[in-house]
Amino acid sequence: MPKLAYFTRVSNSEEEQVRRRTAVFGALLVIVLITVVMSITIGSKSVPLTDAWHALTSPTGTENDIVIRSLRVPRTVLGVLAGIALGVAGALMQGHTRNPLADPGLLGVTQGAAFAMVAGIIFLGMTSLYAYIWFGMAGALIASVGVFALGMVGGRGGPTPVTLALAGTAVSAFLYALTSALVLIDEQAMDVFRFWQSGSIAARGEEVVWQVLPFIVAGLLLALINAPGLNALSLGEDVARSLGQNIALTRGIGIAAVTLLSGASVAACGSLSFIGLIVPHLVRPLSGTDHRWLLPYSGLVGAALLLFADVIGRVVAPPGELEVGIVLALMGAPFFVALVRRRKPVRL
Amino acid sequence: MRLQARDVRLAYGERVIVDGLDLGIEAGTVTTIIGPNGCGKSTLLRALGRLMKPTGGEVLLDGKRIDKIPTREVAKVLGMLPQSPTAPEGLTVADLVARGRHPHQTWYRQWSSDDESSVTEALAMTGLADLAERPLDELSGGQRQRAWISMALAQGTDLLLLDEPTTFLDLSHQVEVLELVRHLHQEAGRTIVMVLHDLNLAARYTDRLVAMREGRVVAAGTPHEVLTEDLLRGVFDLDAKVIADPVAGTPLVVPIGRRS
Repeated sequence: MPKLAYFTRVSNSEEEQVRRRTAVFGALLVIVLITVVMSITIGSKSVPLTDAWHALTSPTGTENDIVIRSLRVPRTVLGVLAGIALGVAGALMQGHTRNPLADPGLLGVTQGAAFAMVAGIIFLGMTSLYAYIWFGMAGALIASVGVFALGMVGGRGGPTPVTLALAGTAVSAFLYALTSALVLIDEQAMDVFRFWQSGSIAARGEEVVWQVLPFIVAGLLLALINAPGLNALSLGEDVARSLGQNIALTRGIGIAAVTLLSGASVAACGSLSFIGLIVPHLVRPLSGTDHRWLLPYSGLVGAALLLFADVIGRVVAPPGELEVGIVLALMGAPFFVALVRRRKPVRL
Repeated sequence: MRLQARDVRLAYGERVIVDGLDLGIEAGTVTTIIGPNGCGKSTLLRALGRLMKPTGGEVLLDGKRIDKIPTREVAKVLGMLPQSPTAPEGLTVADLVARGRHPHQTWYRQWSSDDESSVTEALAMTGLADLAERPLDELSGGQRQRAWISMALAQGTDLLLLDEPTTFLDLSHQVEVLELVRHLHQEAGRTIVMVLHDLNLAARYTDRLVAMREGRVVAAGTPHEVLTEDLLRGVFDLDAKVIADPVAGTPLVVPIGRRS
């Protein structure tokens, strides 16, 4: 049966695989678009689709136009950016540490950002959101560089997953202790910190989007460059090195990408737990272990999940809103338990 | 001389494993390094495959210092399979073998017809064509080991270093892997260096044996020259009779007991 053999050949070919994976990418993109539409139209004030379209294409200053253009659109765009950033950062982090429970917070970015913001408020008297975010980003970057440097001590030729995890935990705990001590002596800092800690994409405005955009774009570029190297690295350091991969360089690029992505999102939105942890697990059945697909898929699923959780938070407790960070944690915990129970977690 | 260690010193931190070692690997030969546990044979292989940097001396690949050649260029000439490598769960045989093409790819040029044919050939050579779409974790130990060797083959290097490629395999799978090594050597003219524990199989499938003890080369030569009763006593602390293998005529070690 030569015909049969022909068909098996085709179904196994690289081309077919690329076609299938491109189709999945398209499907995920559609899901993101649906959540974008939900995020623009659903909320404490629901806006019909036609009005939303009107506001986006030819605004005339109606109440709905204002709600959509000044609140919903920046909020949605920030949600998409932060979701992409956290999803990709989570997949990178799990790939680099070969640890299915790793998340971007492991590099100390969350506590770094928190400490820098609180310190800026107390010692420099910062009051604008815009300034907080610059400080948060700087704090995230510095903490991550510190963790990286500390992780190198004792490791031969660059930090290993274990030294990174240890250094990340130590630095995070230290910064958290400092932050806790600082907010006790300053009420304004305490308020900002509490709000920031719960994690939200609301009321950030357009400037914040522009502020974090370059960091996220740079982080995504580094992540894409990192993908083939990460594929080699997933076979173990020895095999990766035998395949001609420069391990230290690959790790460096990966960690820079995680820092930029999670630093930007954590500074703008506060601590958003679970996205970086869960999304790669959701995506792996679709993408397999190839990071050239795992990373983009994770970005899209991250964006959809973040927007979906944000919409839930808007409708679940009227007339108020629940912060997206809290919704994510509430959704994430049982979800993660289910994931672990359904099948054994994918070993990396 | 394809690969050469000159006055090499290898250490993990303060602990010196190998000191002042010289070894040359001729083109087109199969060389096996033998020796008791902890004698430094795997360490030496790692250094030959530039996975470990010597703290003294130098390793030469085709006459050039291996650490001065860009690692990607080395990867086009020299393939190395470390001891019991691990793959992410769910990775298929075909995907694993395809990753052997890594040194030939760049991030803007991912997959070529060269890659395709190398992978197909590597799968065929290891008899894995029918298992190509199966996840690695569903295969038997012998098949899995063949898949890893297949990855190293797809890399397309004529120099292959294999660290204990037969560990954890039953006898028939050990023979299977070594038959493949012989095939690669005889049909494809590849140069192979491996570490093996089974002396009798090493004798049968090898041109040249290198016996190590405590980080030094004690003897090197053909299996007949190296596998003697004296050497077994000196290197392995083993009293043994060496007779002719009734099948291949190579030396066959029959242990009597460990020397007290």
